[in-house]
Amino acid sequence: MAMTITEKILARASGNDSVKPGQLINANIDIVMCHDVTTPPAISMLIENGIDRVFDTEKIVVTPDHFQPAKDIKSAELHKRLDTWAKEKGIKHYYPIGKAGVCHALLPEQGHIRPGEVIVGGDSHTCTYGAFGAFSTGIGSTDLAAAIATGQIWFKVPASIKFILNGKLREGVYSKDIILEAIRLVGTDGALYRAMEFTGPVIADLSMEARMTITNMAIEAGGKNGIIAFDEITKAYLDGRLKDKSDYTVFESDPDAEYFQTIEIDCSALEPTVALPNLPSNGKPIGDCAGLEMDQCYIGSCTNGRIEDMRIAAEILKDKQVAIRTIVVPATPEIWKQCIDEGITEIFYDAGCVVSAPTCGACLGGFMGILAAGERCISTTNRNFVGRMGHPKSEVYLASAATAAASAIQGKLTDPRSFL
Amino acid sequence: MSKAHVYKRDHINTDEIIPARYLNTDDVAELASHCMEDLDTDFMDKCSAGDIVVAGDDFGCGSSREHAVWAIQGAKIGAVIAQTFARIFYRNCINCGFYVIELPNAPELINDGDEIDIDYATGTINNKTQDKQITFQPLPDFALEIINDGGLLKHIKKQNA
Repeated sequence: MAMTITEKILARASGNDSVKPGQLINANIDIVMCHDVTTPPAISMLIENGIDRVFDTEKIVVTPDHFQPAKDIKSAELHKRLDTWAKEKGIKHYYPIGKAGVCHALLPEQGHIRPGEVIVGGDSHTCTYGAFGAFSTGIGSTDLAAAIATGQIWFKVPASIKFILNGKLREGVYSKDIILEAIRLVGTDGALYRAMEFTGPVIADLSMEARMTITNMAIEAGGKNGIIAFDEITKAYLDGRLKDKSDYTVFESDPDAEYFQTIEIDCSALEPTVALPNLPSNGKPIGDCAGLEMDQCYIGSCTNGRIEDMRIAAEILKDKQVAIRTIVVPATPEIWKQCIDEGITEIFYDAGCVVSAPTCGACLGGFMGILAAGERCISTTNRNFVGRMGHPKSEVYLASAATAAASAIQGKLTDPRSFL
Repeated sequence: MSKAHVYKRDHINTDEIIPARYLNTDDVAELASHCMEDLDTDFMDKCSAGDIVVAGDDFGCGSSREHAVWAIQGAKIGAVIAQTFARIFYRNCINCGFYVIELPNAPELINDGDEIDIDYATGTINNKTQDKQITFQPLPDFALEIINDGGLLKHIKKQNA
């Protein structure tokens, strides 16, 4: 039977020869991702229910990231619960502060994500890992608790929407602009319960960092998972990086696999895009919104806090001055170090930015860059819901690192191509 | 008898249900005190135990934070009725033992302040204020069992007992 890549991965994980959309399956999990907000409650549930065990100490990856370093006493307590549990259980891949980073940047970078595998995490942006040809989705604390204890989880096999990315990106247009356009086209629930499979000639030109930006935001269209098939670029990223085991199974969609829907995007026509408040689907070409005054620029997060984003922002900020407060958050310690080694941190410093330690921080309105009432932030993050980065009367505008950096210089929404 | 609180809104998201500034705790009472704060500052004053929230499409979109469900449960809300739900939130509700009802045109069929009774097993809403019966597709038996057992982990524990 012809299957999509998502169906093939779920068939293998559930011990079936084939699966079809709508089928309920029980899948074996290869990696469980745990962070500081949703895992401590899961641990408490396991203890309360007397099922305090972990299915495999090598398949659970733990990092505090949302409120790390601890922003207050309560988050310190969360970290303490996470730390105590990880040590007690002998979790092999625990990344405490110093090693800790934004989970969806950290796990691929540290070699925990393998093609063909099933990954779940207590975070909605767990769909990021689909960039490696894996099935990956976010779950809540109860499912997380069950996953930690049993190594299994039930799923309804999702039907797939195929996004064919045609053409070639123009200068100043990035993968963030592609995904904002895809979300604009289908809406924030247009891919509800669906797998979002991204294919087409544009993918071949994208780095793994750029691909992760696309799959990261699958959830913003309601998707269960985002997925991009393995290729030579995937292989080059994984080589020498994988932990524990370096072999993996590569799946690809059959040519005659069935799709719920197929959507073609002419990427040659894309402009730098900004998602205006208060939905990620509210994308507008920069030409329609340029000039709107901003109060803050935020460059970071699991969407666009990787080294490529840092390089793109630095290229624009080099020898310039920011006009608004600009917060740069390299997503992992390794990226943070790379920024120093490549002279990027110095560029940010010279431009008047502040560079913080890796954290999810202000992306979700946690700390390290919270907005006051009436303030507007141009941000490389993934959500612009009401109050997302601070006061309910503040506003978040989502864009690429290039658009964010250009806007920081001008203090208003700005076409990055004027600086390239 | 439950009172309906109707929000004629789509995409009521997890940041509105429980803003992330309160995610430094998993204390249910504390989460409940901020339930729906960024959507409706009067929410907690309006609601009594067993009341029902009614909304449009894509309720609970956004984060995987189960804190959103805990906040609503802590606010003693009996169920959420929406046209559609975001996937992770919907699953979290069942896992937490909380009733969710998908009902097309929910915000039109039920008015703010209506008094309603819900039979979850048969899929019937008795709208006493409007004197009409509304039917909905009940949750499948396995989901009702999880809810009736008080959530997934209690359900697993019971099965293993």
